Amino acid sequence: MDMTSVVFDKIKDILVLKKGIPAGSIHLESSFEELGMDSLDAVELLADLEDAFSVDIPNSELQHFKTIQQAVNGIEEAISK
Amino acid sequence: MSTRRVVITGTGVVSAIGTDTGSFWESIIRGRSGIGPFSSVDPDKIRFKNGAEVRNFYPEDHFHGKELDMMDRFSQFALVAAKEAVHQSGVEFDDEKGSSSAVICGTSIGGVIAQETAYSDLYRENKSRVHPLSIPKTMPNSASSIISMHFGITGPVYTVSTACASSNHAIGNAFWLIRNGICERAIAGGSETPFTYTFLKSWEALRVVAQDTCRPFSMNRQGMILGEGGAMIVLESLESAKDRGAEILGEIIGFGMSSDASHITKPDQAGAERAMKMAMKDAKVLFSDVDYINTHGTGTPVNDKMETAAIKNIFGSHAKNLSVSSTKSMHGHLLGGTSAVEAVATIMALRNDILPPTANYEIPDPECDLDVVTNISRYEKLTYALSNSFAFGGLNAVLAFRKWEGK
Repeated sequence: MDMTSVVFDKIKDILVLKKGIPAGSIHLESSFEELGMDSLDAVELLADLEDAFSVDIPNSELQHFKTIQQAVNGIEEAISK
Repeated sequence: MSTRRVVITGTGVVSAIGTDTGSFWESIIRGRSGIGPFSSVDPDKIRFKNGAEVRNFYPEDHFHGKELDMMDRFSQFALVAAKEAVHQSGVEFDDEKGSSSAVICGTSIGGVIAQETAYSDLYRENKSRVHPLSIPKTMPNSASSIISMHFGITGPVYTVSTACASSNHAIGNAFWLIRNGICERAIAGGSETPFTYTFLKSWEALRVVAQDTCRPFSMNRQGMILGEGGAMIVLESLESAKDRGAEILGEIIGFGMSSDASHITKPDQAGAERAMKMAMKDAKVLFSDVDYINTHGTGTPVNDKMETAAIKNIFGSHAKNLSVSSTKSMHGHLLGGTSAVEAVATIMALRNDILPPTANYEIPDPECDLDVVTNISRYEKLTYALSNSFAFGGLNAVLAFRKWEGK
């Protein structure tokens, strides 16, 4: 399985389990706003992803953390460092 | 029936930019920031490294024996500030004055250093007991109680905890108590000591603390910077102050409160507007009379944009005529104690006709396009000012002040 799929699946798991967002509505192109997530939800998701993949994402990246695709990109980039 | 007027006759400050009002104000007018690498907590495992710590504060210089044992650092700051304020006011508390006075302090977390020590003792050191005075040191009302005990104040004494709005709520409550004739005078303000490992890690997790410094209203602002310290003011009825021949430093004329009922951390413009409008209504002052607003101005992208929009919306065409600044850029965000420090800055601004600057400002933000006093203080004739606080949990408290001009 490629890294994008691994990260996307993890995001999906977290959002379904912790935020009760229906799995069918979570797509790579979905924005957090469309999924009913606010800034605090984004911070919580980032914390879970940091733990899951043992990476550190600096605060400055938050502004780029508005869609599922951006989240995947950010985590993949952090993993590759 | 005429409304009782309430004036300020004493101020006291302990902060990263001065451990008394004089040195604090000197730093403010020079635009001198107290933000730098913190050292009271090991910064190694914390993602941000800067804070506004109080330096050169030695508790044993101020307290001895039993009094020292009983107080966590936030109470120490509160009592030192209260002592300075009372000394300046010239009030000498006896039984009669004690019973007709109040003490109201603000704090968000109280004795967190003592609390963290207790946790460390149990969980890390595996001790079988904690310090016997852990409860009295930790309890958020400790500062109010200690001040009451020190001065023999037996009137209304309590603590208000509303996160970043705590001290404005405390001062506002004290103002209303005096105005409504419940008491003649009050010591009011707040204090906070956020520098513990757990508390700093908690702030780190929320991702609202800046990596560099506090740059309110600047386009490149990254967030807030935590600060510690405390401030107290002595408020009393105008009659009481005049009877004593006290020097009057300023007048408090209005207090407004509101709740956003919206989000647990994100501020709401409508809530902020309601609090400012209520303070103006309570003060019976026209919007066009306000010269200066000491903003909440945390330096977060969200707050500064919201606060600008709120001020512009309610002040209308006058918004471009008033000046704003955030002194958090220099003393940091003292959380429950911050609006007490800011109240002193506002009172001093009016008294001296000097607009405090917003330090560390670099790049104009078109979404924060009020007249921000940037980096250098400015002389200007000032009569009316507001001091805003918009706290986590959506709790808002605004104070209105007037320059004392002799009557």
